[in-house]
Amino acid sequence: MALIKKRLNRSLPVSLMLFLFLALFGAFMALPLVYAVNNAFKPLDELFIFPPRFFVRNPTFDNFFDLVAVMGDSWVPLSRYFFNTIVITLFGTVGHIILASMAAYPLAKYKFPGSSAIFRVVVLSLMFSPHVTAIPNYMVMSRLGWIDTHLSLIVPAMAFPLGLFLMKQFMEQLPDAMLEAAKIDGASEYRIFWKIVMPNVKPAWLTLLILQFPVLWGTNGGDFVYSEELKTLNYALQQIILGGIARAGVGAAVALILMVVPITLFIISQSNVIQTMSSSGMKD
Amino acid sequence: MQAEQMEQPIESTVYPKKEVKGNNPNKRSKMNRFKSELKRGKHYYILMAPYMIIFSLFTVVPVIVSLFLSFFSFNMLELPQFVGWGNYSRLFLSDDVFMIALKNTLVFAVITGPLSYLACFIFAWIINELSPKIRAFMTVIFYAPSIAGNVFFIWLIIFSGDAYGYLNGFLMRTGIILEPIQWLRDEQYVLGVVILVQLWLSLGTSFLAFIAGLQTIDHSLVEAGAVDGIKNRWQELWYITLPSMKPQLLFGAVLQITQSFAVADISIALAGFPSVNYAAHTVVTHLMDYGTIRFEMGYASAIATVLFGLMLGTNMLIQKLLRKVGT
Repeated sequence: MALIKKRLNRSLPVSLMLFLFLALFGAFMALPLVYAVNNAFKPLDELFIFPPRFFVRNPTFDNFFDLVAVMGDSWVPLSRYFFNTIVITLFGTVGHIILASMAAYPLAKYKFPGSSAIFRVVVLSLMFSPHVTAIPNYMVMSRLGWIDTHLSLIVPAMAFPLGLFLMKQFMEQLPDAMLEAAKIDGASEYRIFWKIVMPNVKPAWLTLLILQFPVLWGTNGGDFVYSEELKTLNYALQQIILGGIARAGVGAAVALILMVVPITLFIISQSNVIQTMSSSGMKD
Repeated sequence: MQAEQMEQPIESTVYPKKEVKGNNPNKRSKMNRFKSELKRGKHYYILMAPYMIIFSLFTVVPVIVSLFLSFFSFNMLELPQFVGWGNYSRLFLSDDVFMIALKNTLVFAVITGPLSYLACFIFAWIINELSPKIRAFMTVIFYAPSIAGNVFFIWLIIFSGDAYGYLNGFLMRTGIILEPIQWLRDEQYVLGVVILVQLWLSLGTSFLAFIAGLQTIDHSLVEAGAVDGIKNRWQELWYITLPSMKPQLLFGAVLQITQSFAVADISIALAGFPSVNYAAHTVVTHLMDYGTIRFEMGYASAIATVLFGLMLGTNMLIQKLLRKVGT
């Protein structure tokens, strides 16, 4: 069995049973996604065939061309939704990675008045979902004048607590000797952070990216964005789906675009993400 | 000799973590030390400021405001009016829909919470037995649904209520049912369907944390265990794997619990808002109803506060229980 690592305490029949179990559930997890991919390449007659066919027979890019045609002459062109999603995702993720790293470095490496209390509040905030704060958030947004702007999506995303938590746990593993050496050479804290800490926590950047990216990439604009020209790609997808059966092909194409990007990112960064996650534990 | 002399000052400038422990009985010097610590920490406060300002503005302050508002009647137009415990007594004594929402939320949490947590662990544990390439592949398969965005709308086609819905079509062709079942419009089924899809989506960050935790287990522990008489994988799991992964297990529990109480988007996407006879109504959708449709902000804040208490209380309780395991 080349598939199975040789290890202590393992009996083959039990292994096989467990792998069968895994394969079964793997199929349950994967089939809807595989189906979504196939749908995007189905010509119309195959999309509506009954009983439905799982795999595409005559793959075509028609749906993608239709997508451009349908949205090109609508009031807000599709490229606008793309642009909005890309802006929100880019600024939200990059800002989050930078701000969370800046905050994580002192928390990970130094003790100063308030440091442990601050970290405790961050851990506490992992214990409830953002729904809890939705109503006061609206008031804060309207005070700031951010209602109906992309800022209402980008700025709160920058202070996503899970990112700070993971980054801090990962930075704790950096050897102190490295930072000490830089200090003896007279480097300032900011220089140390930017030139030494940041390049050494690349796996954690990618992890923060993989956690934050799908959230923003898949946002439908939330409760604070009303203007059509500020809406996102996922919102457009929802509208297309609501448009009913005539747009099934176009909807499948948008859904594919929405799902392929985050999954590809994860495939590329998987080993780095796992490396970061190994330090994710809650010690106390 | 020179090196030894140098070590002293470096220790004290670079390692403030150690220095804090030195105890000073004199009160004035304590104050002074606190001041000098604040001064030395200046750079750290500056580094943390941008994150902390945003975090306070959108997380800390809103939680406090929400607690405060829950004792007022407030519609965003008129000034808030103090009503004491009025919102809470209305919520628990006269709001039937809230009771349905609370019941549904608890059902969701009790089923999806433990099941998704177990699934995250069991799949991670089996995947860990595979060779690295297959392991990476299976990790993607199980993790992908949670980051695939809106793809759960595929389930809408599967559970569609007419004879063309895939499940109905399949069941009718095999003769198990004769007439299509309204999966998403029938109170009997809708909660179950939402739970199923929620489970499909729930192998997220904690799953990755478990995979990572399993990979870092010290292999010499396993060998030592074998010498001490551990014979099969189940004993290894119980005596070696689980105790070594405790930090990740605690972390995963927090994420899964919070997620299991926050079911809303999937319920809305599949069952509609409001769902038939509130069959898939949750505390979060109830909160949305009062917060974003009826604009009864004080009442909605009371709902948010109950939700906050539920999530935080369960998390604290489970943390306490999990910490006791194996100690």
